[in-house]
Amino acid sequence: MKVVVIGCGRVGATVAAELAARGETVSVVDIRRSAFRRLPATFSGLAITGSGTDADVLQSAGAETADLVMALTEGDNRNVLAAQLAKHTFGVPRVIAKINDPLRADAYRTLGLETICRTVILADALVASVAGGVEATNGMVLAPTAEPMLGAPPAGSLADDQARAAADQMADEG
Amino acid sequence: MYVVVIGGGNVGYYLTRELLQAGHEVVMIERDPNRARQISDELGSMVIPADGCEGKYQEEAGMRRADVIAAVTGDDEDNLVACQVAKMHFNVPRAIARINNPKNEELFRKLAIDDTVSATKMILGVIEHEIPVHELLHLTELEGGDVQIVEAYLDENSPVLGQTVREVQLPADTSVAVIIRSGRAIVVKPDTRLTEGDRILVVTSAEREDDLRTLFIGS
Repeated sequence: MKVVVIGCGRVGATVAAELAARGETVSVVDIRRSAFRRLPATFSGLAITGSGTDADVLQSAGAETADLVMALTEGDNRNVLAAQLAKHTFGVPRVIAKINDPLRADAYRTLGLETICRTVILADALVASVAGGVEATNGMVLAPTAEPMLGAPPAGSLADDQARAAADQMADEG
Repeated sequence: MYVVVIGGGNVGYYLTRELLQAGHEVVMIERDPNRARQISDELGSMVIPADGCEGKYQEEAGMRRADVIAAVTGDDEDNLVACQVAKMHFNVPRAIARINNPKNEELFRKLAIDDTVSATKMILGVIEHEIPVHELLHLTELEGGDVQIVEAYLDENSPVLGQTVREVQLPADTSVAVIIRSGRAIVVKPDTRLTEGDRILVVTSAEREDDLRTLFIGS
């Protein structure tokens, strides 16, 4: 499958790397070249510098022949524009837009976009964990892997300074 | 008319001022609270300091009874979303979006934005008009660019000099609207003869432009 990922932030880079590792043909677009440092050295796909809301940039990323475009930048509106550009100008069969405002995400579903909303996903997981604990969140909230560190705070840390100050004060008052 | 303006930059500010002066009812939504207060102080208290893309604030601005939304921020994506939200949630009859990247014009039209305004394109048009190139001049476009009104200047090399309008082999979907000769408009009749220095206004479709250029200006 041919996938274009717009936005090489944490989410975009992770998705692009994972899909490329699974053997999909991936190109990733970001306006800042430095964003591509998030990709692993083994990344086999294409990295295109430019705006994902620009038709020429999307074309050079291969949008015309893409099966799937994911708009994953940090701007809801930018994702909305990029996704609709992919869908209506390039006729991409499947388009997913990351829209962090839940109301806007809902609204754009009625315009034929698949949407993913970080706010809803995080809120649902956290609410579920309140009643059912970590187990109820289907792996979204993770249990700690070690016991909390107990005992004296490390020397020189803020907590250490505060503890010393409190102890000094108690000694003065005592 | 009741107009909601999104964005209080220079364009939004002057637009709002003009609309108010013309007696329209205007509410502006501007994201930056300081800018919103500044405009509010100058023009009266009709500026909502909020994100104009959010339905909640559009509702507060009275979008439900608005006749027009004009989204004129410096960001195409914000203008698009503001217009789409206004159409989707509030059924605004007319949505106008400012476009900064001329390439977005076609997409916006596909997405049911009624009108787009592109400063970039206008400036290009003005410059094109000011620089005497012996090319077709774009005067205006109708029906979203499908119908064009262009001007052809006939210099001494024009292949149609001396021909009558009837003799000129016009491309399909094309008609000569008027001829401007020595600063006066001449009504076009079939036996009107074309002479050097004529400026011919032609109504045509975008895809006939190359044919027209060859016809009137030569290759």
